[in-house]
Amino acid sequence: MRARSGAMELIGALMVLSLVAIAAAAPMLAPHDPTRAVSPTYGEPAPPSRAFPFGTDELGRDVLSRIIFGARVSLIVGVAGMLMTMTIGVAIGLAAGFFRGATDFVLMRFTDVMLTLPALLLAMALVAVLSPSLINILIVIGLVSWTQVARVVRAEALSVSQRDFVVAARSLGASPIRLIARHLLPNVLPLIVVMAALSTSGTLLLDAGLSFLGLGVPPPTPSWGRMIQEAELYFRVAPWLAAFPGLAIFYAVLAFNLFGYGYLRRQRR
Amino acid sequence: MLAYILRRLVFGAAVLVGTSIITFVIAFVVPADPAVTIAGAKADPQTLAMIRTQLGLDQPVYIQYARYLDRALHGDLGRSYIMRDSVTKLIAERFPATAVLALSAMVLSLALGVVMGMVAAAYKDRAVDHSLLVVSLALISVPVFVLGTMLLIAGGLYLHSFPLGGFSDARSLIFPTLTLALGSGGYYSRILHTSLAEVMGQDYIRTALSKGLSRRAAMLRHAMPNALLPLVTLAGLDLAGLLSGVVLTETVFNWPGIGRLAFQAIFNLDIPLIMGTVLFSAFLIVIANLLVDLLYAWLDPRIRLGDEA
Repeated sequence: MRARSGAMELIGALMVLSLVAIAAAAPMLAPHDPTRAVSPTYGEPAPPSRAFPFGTDELGRDVLSRIIFGARVSLIVGVAGMLMTMTIGVAIGLAAGFFRGATDFVLMRFTDVMLTLPALLLAMALVAVLSPSLINILIVIGLVSWTQVARVVRAEALSVSQRDFVVAARSLGASPIRLIARHLLPNVLPLIVVMAALSTSGTLLLDAGLSFLGLGVPPPTPSWGRMIQEAELYFRVAPWLAAFPGLAIFYAVLAFNLFGYGYLRRQRR
Repeated sequence: MLAYILRRLVFGAAVLVGTSIITFVIAFVVPADPAVTIAGAKADPQTLAMIRTQLGLDQPVYIQYARYLDRALHGDLGRSYIMRDSVTKLIAERFPATAVLALSAMVLSLALGVVMGMVAAAYKDRAVDHSLLVVSLALISVPVFVLGTMLLIAGGLYLHSFPLGGFSDARSLIFPTLTLALGSGGYYSRILHTSLAEVMGQDYIRTALSKGLSRRAAMLRHAMPNALLPLVTLAGLDLAGLLSGVVLTETVFNWPGIGRLAFQAIFNLDIPLIMGTVLFSAFLIVIANLLVDLLYAWLDPRIRLGDEA
């Protein structure tokens, strides 16, 4: 069954690639300007038609074009938020697992405290205070999501640093930086790949949630989460306004999850 | 065992103090002036000064924190700036709605997770296993507010006279419960699947199988009790999270719980209420951690006697 578990990872990777392609080629792919009224039905959402396959919103904007451009914000936030999360989490996890003792104790007790704070509430409070801009949202996402990464990386670093080749390198007088960079990191890397994929999907979910609550990247940049929030008034009359962006978020999150879990499954064998 | 319990209690209390410090620091750096929040932007300087004195905002930070901690230990989390009511009372009023939703969501998640996880493990590496993997990943990948919104849309289109928001009767519980439970049920099934596969590979299971026990009996009676442990930890913490309010689901379904209270507090920059809801949530998580640790120690003597302790 090796082939099948590899297939999951491959499908995930292809889905991610398709998102990247859509985001990169958005101006060429989108049939209309996402921020302008292009339909004569201004003032009322129009259902999907031949001219507008995903329909138009209450301002006469093309939903398909907005979703295509929304891929840009989602991918940038997803990947940059993941980098933020991974940088903090991997640094703290490696330091705790490698140095052990007092360093480990202090870092892990701090992690315990951070784990008790509700991530979404904390993120909402921070974004509300800092005002929602792209960079603030990325910082907040990093600040509230690194704890899991730190814990997992620490456990792995702890076990790797007790293996013979690390002990041997240490006894040969290798510096801590060399030990971490040359011996620890390469062995923790497969785990980091899994955590990176899963943290990207986590970031996408968190960012979509924040956007849905009105705390996402400010208008007019189209964002999938905010499109759903704006569609709330038209649930009964225009369900397509929420359904298509909802599918888009689902597709993106599923892409990274398939890749992450597929990779994890293959590593375990 | 007593020494272990005491150690966990001290640890839990220390974590809560840490949480309260972080919450306090965040609240302190908020640029909004509480006196202005209370009296309005047009208030004269004397009124503002009076309010600051009344709230103790003219004191040094550490004194403010000590006072806050002292009051919090007596169950007083301060007064909401906007709702002009005690924070403890506001949270207590919203708790029943949140608790009902949390419990029903947890029951359904566990049922889903255990059934899906067990079936997947029983048919390991066969088509059923692979399909369940894809199904659970799909469930995990749907954001709760998207699922909730879709249920609302479907309900609005096909189920007339069905309650589509608010907390009225048992029927109004169905959509929010499904919204919360499908994703975590999918996640639980993955966790159980992994731990079952691990336990099924252990020697005592091989012994049970070699003495002629069927795979099904070995899994149900010998492997499940051990395989459920990671799920118990996770579910315990998740229950604490659910009990402290679920912002997104409560927002979608207009559910009168703590999550929406916290949401309003954040939008109004109502600092005592924000701190109160965050601390309440942290308190529940610490309690859940403690209970899970004790349950573990009771189930597995290696933990309370081992070098970890």
